[in-house]
Amino acid sequence: MTNKKRLLENIIHGIFLILGLVTISFVLLISLYLIISGIPAIREIGLIPFLFGKTWASTGANPSYGILPFILTSVYGAAGAIVLGVPIGFFSAVYLAKLAPKKVKFVVGEAVSLLAGIPSVVYGLVGMLVLVPGIRKVFNVPDGASLLAAIVVLAIMILPSIIKVSITALEAVPKDYEDASLALGATPTETYFRVSVPAAKSGIAAAVVLGVGRAIGEAMAVIMVSGNAPNMPELFQSVRFLTTAVASEMAYSSGLQQQALFSIALVLFLFIMLINATLNFFLKGNKEK
Amino acid sequence: MKKIISMALITIMAMATLSGCGGSDEPATVSTDGSTSMEEVIGVLGEEFMAANENITVTYNPTGSSSGIKAVLEDRCDIGLSSRDLKDEEKAEGLTGTVLAYDGIAIIVNPENPISDMSLEDIAKVYTGEITNWKDLGGNDAEIVLIGREAGSGTRDGFESITGTEDACQYRQELTSTGDVITTVSQNPDAIGYASLSAVKDSIKAISVNGVTATEATVKDGSYLVQRPFVLVTKEGKELSESAQAFFDYITSADAAEAISSAGVVAAN
Repeated sequence: MTNKKRLLENIIHGIFLILGLVTISFVLLISLYLIISGIPAIREIGLIPFLFGKTWASTGANPSYGILPFILTSVYGAAGAIVLGVPIGFFSAVYLAKLAPKKVKFVVGEAVSLLAGIPSVVYGLVGMLVLVPGIRKVFNVPDGASLLAAIVVLAIMILPSIIKVSITALEAVPKDYEDASLALGATPTETYFRVSVPAAKSGIAAAVVLGVGRAIGEAMAVIMVSGNAPNMPELFQSVRFLTTAVASEMAYSSGLQQQALFSIALVLFLFIMLINATLNFFLKGNKEK
Repeated sequence: MKKIISMALITIMAMATLSGCGGSDEPATVSTDGSTSMEEVIGVLGEEFMAANENITVTYNPTGSSSGIKAVLEDRCDIGLSSRDLKDEEKAEGLTGTVLAYDGIAIIVNPENPISDMSLEDIAKVYTGEITNWKDLGGNDAEIVLIGREAGSGTRDGFESITGTEDACQYRQELTSTGDVITTVSQNPDAIGYASLSAVKDSIKAISVNGVTATEATVKDGSYLVQRPFVLVTKEGKELSESAQAFFDYITSADAAEAISSAGVVAAN
């Protein structure tokens, strides 16, 4: 009987191990595939002209493959989304975690979850039909499809992850800290901003980094509002992100153009890896406390 | 344990029996691969053909002209679909093109735009950035917003080769589908774009070129200048399968002309 039980136990362990290995092998396979298919074009074009070239004309008679505009656009886009999204997300999180009545907290919390569940193509569509014409009218520019439109859409898209993760971090602050602060005569607001927020700072930093990751990786919503011309980034110019550079040309690409798109994907992948490493750094800092 | 093993065995055997099907009298497939612009016309033709030949299935893989041509070369499909003429180097690799239909590319503006006719040269000048304001063409005093398709698109290739603006277009927006171009132009009173004639809707205005309105008749007789061929690509010397040949013969015959024009393009035969 015990032998049989042990056998069953071992089999189940084996199945779990295999499932775990499948997941890891997907990660390895994709990384390996990206590296293998991304390297040839970089080698042919040259690392410096590829990363720092300012013109992208992949189907021209004299094709040039410089992705600096895409890199800068992605960086500016994510930075802009953070500048707009973090204050809103941070203060919402403090309010919801500490100040809001239970009912309000429940309703707003559900609404934030709903915001997270909206497919990115819907963000793109609303952006295309409302935001782009709106920017055109408000700022009196010839065309509203621009870096600004993309930043606004991204800022809204990263709100849920910033709010949710920040709330979790704020709620994890021991109540003793706050009680002690209140007992010393600090007002509740002083307590939340001078005690709770500093105690939760690594969790809030993780939320911001998560937002950066989402903003850099988003393609669908951005492709619909940013215009997609490979210009150097300017607030009211049509721009192309790393993600949309891959997405918009992949369907029809061939030869070196296709290889170069894989190289862009590789660069994007490295960016995301870097962001994940930063995220891990903050989360580890959180645990040590 | 034994039960589980026998269950697994039964499942495997059942699957083996099922997959054993697929004998010679099972349905045949004709695979087409290529231009996304040809989706509608191939869809209509495929339906008509399948209605007449119940055991044949026509599949269509929307990958783009260049991919479709490559697919024929690599024997990944029966018939390739290209919305541009074959290049010389593609012909040199042993490919033959048969023109199925002509597609007019409509030049579209917002309905609020007073401009309703442009010369082909003016269109080229607008797209290369030589003319940047509508007032130079007799329109409003507003900057022209150039909407185009992404690099590699058959429509863009067609438009740029017809207007002689290859690699010179100063696009404000490069969009990835005909629908996106139409939506964007309908949203912006100063925009100009191009799209398949078959896709033109009421939300935008198709302008005439050199005084000729884009219609089926003017595309077919060649007087409307912005047009391109829809080409069926096959491998020279390689025989098509029986079903693929039947499909090919049907769509290039006069019988298919009505179906082709119902898709908004002009049949070649």
